[in-house]
Amino acid sequence: MDSIYVDNNATTRIAPEVLDAMRPYLTDLYANPSSMYRLAGEVSAGIQKARAQVASLLGADPEEILFTSCGTESDNTAIRAAIQIRPKKRHIVTTRVEHPAIKNLFEHLSKSGWRVTFVPVDAQGRLDTELLVRYLSPDTAVVSVMWANNETGVIFPIEEIAREVTNRGILFHTDAVQAVGKIPINLKEIPVDMLSLSGHKLHAPKGIGILYIRKGIPFVPFLIGGHQERGRRGGTENVASIVALGRACELAQEHLSEENTRVRKLRDRLENELTDRIPKTIINGNRKNRLPNTTSIGFESVEGEAILLMMNQVGICASSGSACTSGSLEPSHVLRAMGVPFSYAHGSIRFSLSRYNTEKDIDTIIETLPPIIARLRELSPFWNQTVTTGGSKTSQQTSQANIQL
Amino acid sequence: MWDYTEKVKEYFLNPRNVGVIEDADGVGEVGSLACGDALTLYLKVDENERITDAKFKTFGCASAIASSSALTEIIKGLPVSEAEKITNEDIVRFLGGLPRQKMHCSVMGREALEMAIADYRGEAEKAVEGTIVCECFGVTDREIERAIRENRLSTIEDVTNFTKAGGGCEKCHEKIQRILDDINGTWHPPAGKPGTMTNIEKIKRIEATLDREIRPSLQQDGGDVVLVDVDGNTVYVRLQGTCAGCRISHVTLKDTIEAKLRELVHPNLFVKEA
Repeated sequence: MDSIYVDNNATTRIAPEVLDAMRPYLTDLYANPSSMYRLAGEVSAGIQKARAQVASLLGADPEEILFTSCGTESDNTAIRAAIQIRPKKRHIVTTRVEHPAIKNLFEHLSKSGWRVTFVPVDAQGRLDTELLVRYLSPDTAVVSVMWANNETGVIFPIEEIAREVTNRGILFHTDAVQAVGKIPINLKEIPVDMLSLSGHKLHAPKGIGILYIRKGIPFVPFLIGGHQERGRRGGTENVASIVALGRACELAQEHLSEENTRVRKLRDRLENELTDRIPKTIINGNRKNRLPNTTSIGFESVEGEAILLMMNQVGICASSGSACTSGSLEPSHVLRAMGVPFSYAHGSIRFSLSRYNTEKDIDTIIETLPPIIARLRELSPFWNQTVTTGGSKTSQQTSQANIQL
Repeated sequence: MWDYTEKVKEYFLNPRNVGVIEDADGVGEVGSLACGDALTLYLKVDENERITDAKFKTFGCASAIASSSALTEIIKGLPVSEAEKITNEDIVRFLGGLPRQKMHCSVMGREALEMAIADYRGEAEKAVEGTIVCECFGVTDREIERAIRENRLSTIEDVTNFTKAGGGCEKCHEKIQRILDDINGTWHPPAGKPGTMTNIEKIKRIEATLDREIRPSLQQDGGDVVLVDVDGNTVYVRLQGTCAGCRISHVTLKDTIEAKLRELVHPNLFVKEA
């Protein structure tokens, strides 16, 4: 059975071109880039090329690019540097819907004596810049706001926020892990001080990330060691993955318009068909201002893990905002921050597409999902069989459909 | 990905006894949408007080559905007097095990069964027993106490796995710890003044530590230990079963028993074999 992979906000497949680019650095080009012979020079040149490729995608200068091991390391490095640069300021600001890499770091810092503001979002997952600005004070050291949300795909007004924050002399960091490669980003025009990026979300391997640090922003390293990355991050470079990420960024730039046309169309068809075919279904998050590849759909009265396992039986790989899949007991903090009713939050599924998805993938999902939901609703004590709202078919009709699992 | 047994997967994908019994003799309803899982259990009981049919409807994850279905399979055909002895462990055993974090699914089954039997017997619906400890999931102290006793739980994480209590805002963790301490005994040494223990207190604590911390792991390997005497700071014990004559018994004695007693009773204790 072929898998239909629609979990690209979790991770992505390595692009074949990326694998080709990195392969020599796993075989012949093995020298330490810091060494003094020609072989090392070739390796070092590979890193420099990758740095330029990443910089080009972001509208940055190569020397503003720092290679790290992952998005989480980039986030930690950025925030910990920021609070050391502003040692007298004890207030830090973020949102209620950040990825755990930021959320848990800020919660940790709040236990270590920092005053932390988690700015709320509205029912559609949107962030109000004016509201955020009201929380800023002369005591604020840094503000960290994700560029786009990993669960709903909702895009935040980063340009506006960055301007408001940096105009006040406060450092601004953004976790752009989900946004890079899906929407255009030009740091020449947007005054972001620091930005995190993760390789495996854009068809590079796992274990490689980027921290962008704007020229002129002081910096304190997180990993102290050798002189690599101009002393800003010790540790021998993960050369093959760095080269891979460079190539992946180049490809992302080439495919950016495809993400916003073909992939967006696939996503739109997927969510329109599902909400049409399955009654009592909602889209979580503002539909207008979203990443082109992401949709979070809530199905009333069923539970996400059960949906995922049934989809797994037919080879569909997606993820859920439900409690049961994360090992916690409460549904996703993102959906709760938006006030999504429990009856939908527990049954919310995130589909995140990539340029490798096809029309056929979407056909299969919209054919197989309605009977899965119908079947789980038949099991559910909360599902009222007589409900006939929503789409073109009633629950009675859909529940008669049978699937072989 | 959750590590479910084949039996859990089978009972999730092809659940037995799904549905409603319109003229049920007993109905039990537990859980809620907010909690993320809920179960309604229907019983049909004949004149000989035997459960002739059981059906269920469940909202929840795979293990909640499988646990509910397993429960109906277990109780069908049983006299009510037998069915009421079913525990969550019986459900877990029937399914060949559940991931630790999913134990609450089996507890939900046991609770629904109790309610359905009470309903069958016409017992007035009990007001919520005890007081709510966990506000997020509406779990009472009684429920927590029972789960601790029946499943020999020793940590807050365990209590959350079995009852969900403490799995939300975590504000009740202190209360849960107090319940754990009350049941399992508070055996942390009073900080800063280990010398103030009477001899009887010392012996009691040594016994409690051996019982809870040491014996279960030794018994798993077919061994055991008994306390023979306590003389000042010297604790005399006898190793039994496979531990007696074990080549590494001195390791057990020093690294396991002595270390635990020093940590939990008194830092100056020595352990010797009697």
